[in-house]
Amino acid sequence: MLLSVDNLSVSRGGVSLFEGLNLTLSSGQFISLTGGNGTGKTTLLRSIAGLQPIDEGEILIETDNFIFAGDSNGIKTSLTVSENLRFWSAIFGGKEFEEALEVFHLTKFENRFAGKLSAGQKRRLSLARLMLADKAIWLLDEPTVSLDKKSMEEFSKILKNHLEAGGAAVVATHIDLGLKTHSSNINIEDYRTKSGNLNASAGAFL
Amino acid sequence: MIALLQRDLLLAVRAGGGFGLGVAFFLIVVVLVPLGIGPDMVILSKVSVGVLWVGALLACVLSLDRIFSLDYDDGTLELLLTSPIPLEAVVTIKAFSHWITTGLPLVVVSPILGLLLGLQVSDLKWVVISLLIGTPALSAIGAFGASLTVGIRRGGLLLSLLVLPLYVPTLIFGANVANKGLEDVSNNGPLLILTAVTLAAFSILPFASAFVLRINLR
Repeated sequence: MLLSVDNLSVSRGGVSLFEGLNLTLSSGQFISLTGGNGTGKTTLLRSIAGLQPIDEGEILIETDNFIFAGDSNGIKTSLTVSENLRFWSAIFGGKEFEEALEVFHLTKFENRFAGKLSAGQKRRLSLARLMLADKAIWLLDEPTVSLDKKSMEEFSKILKNHLEAGGAAVVATHIDLGLKTHSSNINIEDYRTKSGNLNASAGAFL
Repeated sequence: MIALLQRDLLLAVRAGGGFGLGVAFFLIVVVLVPLGIGPDMVILSKVSVGVLWVGALLACVLSLDRIFSLDYDDGTLELLLTSPIPLEAVVTIKAFSHWITTGLPLVVVSPILGLLLGLQVSDLKWVVISLLIGTPALSAIGAFGASLTVGIRRGGLLLSLLVLPLYVPTLIFGANVANKGLEDVSNNGPLLILTAVTLAAFSILPFASAFVLRINLR
């Protein structure tokens, strides 16, 4: 088992978002997180990544075996596409980035400044980072935002390859990525804190 | 970690990176002082060390908020926090690259400005030595201040108010090293304390900065 979350409760800005959430993730498995805006999909991913403190429960994860991709791209606009990737490749262990460029159809933009890319191309550059890090668990927050249909299908394929190679992924998404096998869905709204606890503190309004 | 240093240096020299702004500010401040005080070389040479040190301090503060705010805005800081590199190392490297792009150029131009303020060529040595040893502390302390104000819109002024009082020991001992050197009095004491301030800033503050950053990134 790569990741296990047990009886997790998390609040943000003084408001309790969800409670009693359990999940386990094994090699080759894919979990999609759904739920309306503000229900805590991003917060759950950030909690697993260690960016968000939790109220209650337990998260077991190998801290050096995951990669997190949030809603911001983490791209430097004044660096070229290949300079951006070279940096992340060095940070995550020095894997060659040519393959990632090719898979995400960025090779012809290699020497272009990232600031000159379109939103979809920037997103592809940001996702290319996933391939540079040899990590089993991918924690992705809305990875398909700004992607066109073709890129989305290609990303599904990349995700599928990752799962077949023994990886696993937790993805917050509203889109069906077409991963039928080994996939399960968690709707965070099922774990929503009962309305009585919502008004946790005055801090919520600050 | 070397990759992070290389990237930060590359970003600084690319368009909009702000490299050279600190030096330009330093030049202007130091050039303005004689215009205010008057051309009397005796008075100017007496205040020169103080002017150079305060000028360096202000030039340093000018670019502090860039240490973390750019990486915070585009999400890089969050990704670095979940990367295999310890955040303490990230802070140390970023403080060091701030020194290379801001503090070191100040040290390099300081002899020319010293001459402008009426210092003798033989006296320049101590100005350069004091700035060379003292300015790294300015970057490390500044990085701590920058981590406190990261995420605050227009936090630049607040950052200066937080950081400038923390610069007092560096300023006192830095200027003391240079002034005593100029007077040909032994300056071993302040020189050792200045070195200690820099070493302490670089060995303790990255931990405090990383701690604060983790809270600010929640």
